[in-house]
Amino acid sequence: MRVVVCVKHVPDLQSARSLGEDGRLVRGGDDDTLNELDEDALEAGLRTAEAAGFGKDDGGEGHDVTVLTVGPAPAVEALRRGLAMGASTAVHVSDEALAGSDAIATARVLAAAVAKLHAEQPVDLVVAGMAALDGLTSLVPAALAEVLGWPQLTLADRIEVTDGLVTVRRETSTDVEVLTAPAPAVLSVTDQAFRARFPNFKGIVAARKKPVATWSLADLGVDPATVGSAGSATWVAQAAERPERSDRVLVTGDAETVPALVDYLSEKGFA
Amino acid sequence: MSIAVLVDHTDGHVRSTSLELLTLARQLASTTGLPVHAVWTGADPQAEVVAAHGADALHVVRVEGADEHLTTSVVDGLQTVLTALGDVSLLLVASTFEGKEVAARLAVRTGAGVVTGASGVELADGHWTARKTVLAGTWDTACAAASSLAVVALAPHAVQAAPLAVPAETRLVEHAVQASAAARAVSVVSREPRPRSERPALAEAEVVVVGGRGVEGDFSGVEELADVLGAAVGATRVATDEGWIGHEAQVGQTGVTISPRLYVGAGVSGAVHHKGGMAAAQTIVAINNDPDAPIFEFADYGVVGDLTEVLPALTAALRARRG
Repeated sequence: MRVVVCVKHVPDLQSARSLGEDGRLVRGGDDDTLNELDEDALEAGLRTAEAAGFGKDDGGEGHDVTVLTVGPAPAVEALRRGLAMGASTAVHVSDEALAGSDAIATARVLAAAVAKLHAEQPVDLVVAGMAALDGLTSLVPAALAEVLGWPQLTLADRIEVTDGLVTVRRETSTDVEVLTAPAPAVLSVTDQAFRARFPNFKGIVAARKKPVATWSLADLGVDPATVGSAGSATWVAQAAERPERSDRVLVTGDAETVPALVDYLSEKGFA
Repeated sequence: MSIAVLVDHTDGHVRSTSLELLTLARQLASTTGLPVHAVWTGADPQAEVVAAHGADALHVVRVEGADEHLTTSVVDGLQTVLTALGDVSLLLVASTFEGKEVAARLAVRTGAGVVTGASGVELADGHWTARKTVLAGTWDTACAAASSLAVVALAPHAVQAAPLAVPAETRLVEHAVQASAAARAVSVVSREPRPRSERPALAEAEVVVVGGRGVEGDFSGVEELADVLGAAVGATRVATDEGWIGHEAQVGQTGVTISPRLYVGAGVSGAVHHKGGMAAAQTIVAINNDPDAPIFEFADYGVVGDLTEVLPALTAALRARRG
């Protein structure tokens, strides 16, 4: 079985994140890290591949879990983390022309990389997290499925692959569904079911020896005009840090504070 | 040019977020003079509800050969209508996971620019521009679409739904389409409704009461306040991880993103994870006994106090007021 897990290197949530003059997120800080939700995707990918024999000394042949990212040079750190968790190979798509790519343009590049991997050895699953904690658009998995023309099975909390059929359980806002589609398929996973393993020392040491392929847009046959700012259909027209609020109310006390709070809620139309 | 709205429905009923989209579309139509086309994929459209919210036309599209509720089927249906109309410059969808996935696939097919989590939309210098708050509520941005079609996923409660005094004379147009290969490839093995509580759905609720670490395992005070306010109950990740309440209640960047008109946090510290999922709330009230809790930095109204005293007193006062 071959699984490709899409990961993203993002500014740490706890860090002072900001937008630059171009309205783009400032990246490349020391605190940048593997998007936490992608760890769940990798865990899901590893467990599914392991169920098929990946990682077993006697039956690992033919199984592969590849971590894939699109991003500038420091994004390789996200791949290192993925390799330390147990992925076997890594692919880093890096090209100056990628700067400013929106989610849809990024999905096009990921799709080109998946297609190249698929041509080398058929891919069964592409797994992504439910969102990246910087942009929080959740657009990439569905866009990736559309570009590839593969079925999408998103927000999965259980995954099973049998005889080339991928079956997932998912909870939508209204229903609990079990969906099935033939491989290859594009999946996203929630943060509920695949609590990520922590890389151990052995994994971290082994990760240093695992291969990371670096591909340019030319390697993928992607026209630079279709990615980056040029290939993105949206741009940030304005970006401003929210000003400090001056109309906040802070009171101290217990039940005696309630009448004033009720008045406040009443003014706002809630009481 | 025209405006299209994807009308989302569950069990044959238009979802509240779609009424908000229709209301916004009508507001935009009144300033731009553009017609509003509502799109319903599947059977049995609630035409009277769509007419009450002012659409000029209701396009009902049947998707054949695949389950009509699948995202890809909805995209197939929507694309059919957009192609038939040929002049749609703005498509509004709800900024739910389903809505965002529809936006994503459609953007790939049409080259549309997409903005998710928008709090408002306007036509500026010939480009649809959407406002949105990013980085856990710390930055405000305006994103413009360079494409001939802009897809904007609107956050719940960005506008308040308002029916017209007199329903519009909505034209009904029927379409049919064969599902795409990617839709046909997916089979539904089973689909069961999730157990429904009597409270409103978290993502769409106008008022949400959230319990955090400070409730120390007891959600009863949170639930009683929620009931008097007609609110949904939410929780922080700590509270769900501790098993005090189900995971579906988790509000945050990795849980449900909410943008209610009123948010009440009880024993919620306001860590960045949680803030990212609720900072778009219009009014934020926080009750916490720790004066250094970060939530007081962005709450509109903060009470530094004991929630086991404040919550029941607040519930009683509101109940008395409502008689």
